[in-house]
Amino acid sequence: MMDAISTLFSDYTVRTVALGATLLGITAGALGCFAMLRRQSLLGDAISHAALPGIAIAFLITGSKSPLVLVLGAGLAGWFGTFLITGLTRRTRITHDTALAMLLSVFFGFGLMLLTFIQRRPDANQAGLDSFLFGQAAALMQRDIQVMFGIGCVVLLLMTLFWKEFKLISFDAEAAHTLGLPVRALDHLLTALFVSAIVIGLQTVGVVLMSAMIIAPAAAARQWTDRLWVMMGLAAFFGAVSGVGGVLSSGLVPHLPTGPVIVLFISAIVVFSLLFAPNRGLAFRMMRQWRSGQQFRVDAVLVDMYTLASQHETVDHPHSEQVLNAMSGNARRTLHLLETLGLAQRIDDEHWGLTESGTERARGLVEKRWGEGP
Amino acid sequence: MSASLEIQLIAVLVAVACALPGVFLILRGMAMMSDAISHAILPGIVIAFLITGNLSSGWLILGAGLSGVLTVALVEVLRTTGLLKEDAAIGIVFPALFSFGVVLIAVFADDVHLDTDAVLLGELAFAPFDRHVILGREVPRAAVVMAIILVINAAFITLFYKELKMSTFDAALASSFGFAPSVLHYGLMALVSTTAVGAFDAVGSILVVALMVAPPAAAYLLTRRLSSMLVWSALIGCLVAVGGYWMARLLDASIAGSMATMAGILFVIVLAFAPSRSSGSRRGRA
Repeated sequence: MMDAISTLFSDYTVRTVALGATLLGITAGALGCFAMLRRQSLLGDAISHAALPGIAIAFLITGSKSPLVLVLGAGLAGWFGTFLITGLTRRTRITHDTALAMLLSVFFGFGLMLLTFIQRRPDANQAGLDSFLFGQAAALMQRDIQVMFGIGCVVLLLMTLFWKEFKLISFDAEAAHTLGLPVRALDHLLTALFVSAIVIGLQTVGVVLMSAMIIAPAAAARQWTDRLWVMMGLAAFFGAVSGVGGVLSSGLVPHLPTGPVIVLFISAIVVFSLLFAPNRGLAFRMMRQWRSGQQFRVDAVLVDMYTLASQHETVDHPHSEQVLNAMSGNARRTLHLLETLGLAQRIDDEHWGLTESGTERARGLVEKRWGEGP
Repeated sequence: MSASLEIQLIAVLVAVACALPGVFLILRGMAMMSDAISHAILPGIVIAFLITGNLSSGWLILGAGLSGVLTVALVEVLRTTGLLKEDAAIGIVFPALFSFGVVLIAVFADDVHLDTDAVLLGELAFAPFDRHVILGREVPRAAVVMAIILVINAAFITLFYKELKMSTFDAALASSFGFAPSVLHYGLMALVSTTAVGAFDAVGSILVVALMVAPPAAAYLLTRRLSSMLVWSALIGCLVAVGGYWMARLLDASIAGSMATMAGILFVIVLAFAPSRSSGSRRGRA
């Protein structure tokens, strides 16, 4: 297994592709965090679909398949798409989700129409354009990686430069406005970065799956932390890991398509994070609920025993289990727990009494709840 | 009937069958669900195909319907954990299911005619070649399938019109009348799923989204009555189908792509000429 992996890594193509997938994972993961905070998760889906006609038009105009030209076309179309979505939502009755769905399907359909139109022309030099549809990571070349690297670096650099501003407009746009920040300009810039992060991924994972590369790393990272920069680092890391994982497993197993495997990897990371992230994770939440439920039952039985005992001369007066059962549901298991904790003791088969420390604790609880105890 | 007429007939059937549930999707703010479902039905189709070994079996529709409902349920589960917002949940569930479907095809069904291109893009031009004999006449299979789905959709909406209307506009009131909004919700989602799968080999999943969203969105600009919105959507759907077909003929391009483009063009026309009584009234210009 390790052998196979090291052979893979020495392979030039695999190294190129893995590098591309890592770059993509980092940029998309980091930008995805802002998208998620701004409730724009599905905008990524719309942008990646809207980019398709841009690719086709760029090819129709220039006749060139150079990655820079195609990416530029894709970016312009994606940016125009977001512009239309915002406009439709603001100026008409159309809701945001309808605008998104309509834009992505209509633009994609238009792109498809252009692609088929191009393909059926006689001077066909168009082979490879449709790799944008589903992504062909295996076909990534040195020049594609260079473009990805260049754009990725610019995006990350701008993000770092405007870090504070972006953070502010994402969390509290009103405050940013009051502080005199050019909110709309910053908004456009962030959208432009977002679009760039998406278009450089199209060739690797394709139009359909690109949205997952934006949303999933951020969603997974969100579960582990409340701090934006940690979240962003984690998201970039998760994105990169699944990128490399996808490339390696599709190299090891024949027929396995890279893009979908990358998405499956990142989805698995999301599921794991949702379940096991400390604090927010579902497993932790369930444990916390169980614990606090247990705490509640322990306290309830203690208070019951203490109240009952106050009717008698001694605090360790034994009470029958049946009475306790009647007072606070099924007390049997809780009584055994109390015994292990040293708060109660078994007097005989049927009867239980409080210990010294049990009395102490019960008195404390009662005083906390009702002031001076009985 | 000539092939050209048959293609247009199928396109019209698909467009109307999609427009009807689409009206409720956009009124309920669930337009992106059409995108999610139309992608997420892929693993259902593939698994049903792997079990039956037959591409034209009814089990495929059932499998797709089930995975459509599964998508909705998964999104719901993720949302109720409170760990993710609904849009993030949608954006995670459907690419995962779609990828799973693609991987299944690549690993188990590489040599069959069931490729991702066909699912996403469809090829309406080939629909007339796949024929079926019904009542002694040869008819295209896609036409039969879509006609059945159209009838089911229309029947569901007619039967539960009152319930759908109330649960769409006031879910709380509907449940206080005992209408069980969640049953209607899943019923509607099942319709969307079966419509998507019925349409998928004719027009592909992206066009399903265009046909479910664009005509109802245009109709939404034209009227405020639910019943006339349904009628307008169906009419606009027909125009999209026929207009898209002729545009494809003219340009020698993909019919599905042209229909989606036509849907966009018609929406823009409606947007330009619709009575603008409410445009911008709620939010003002930003």
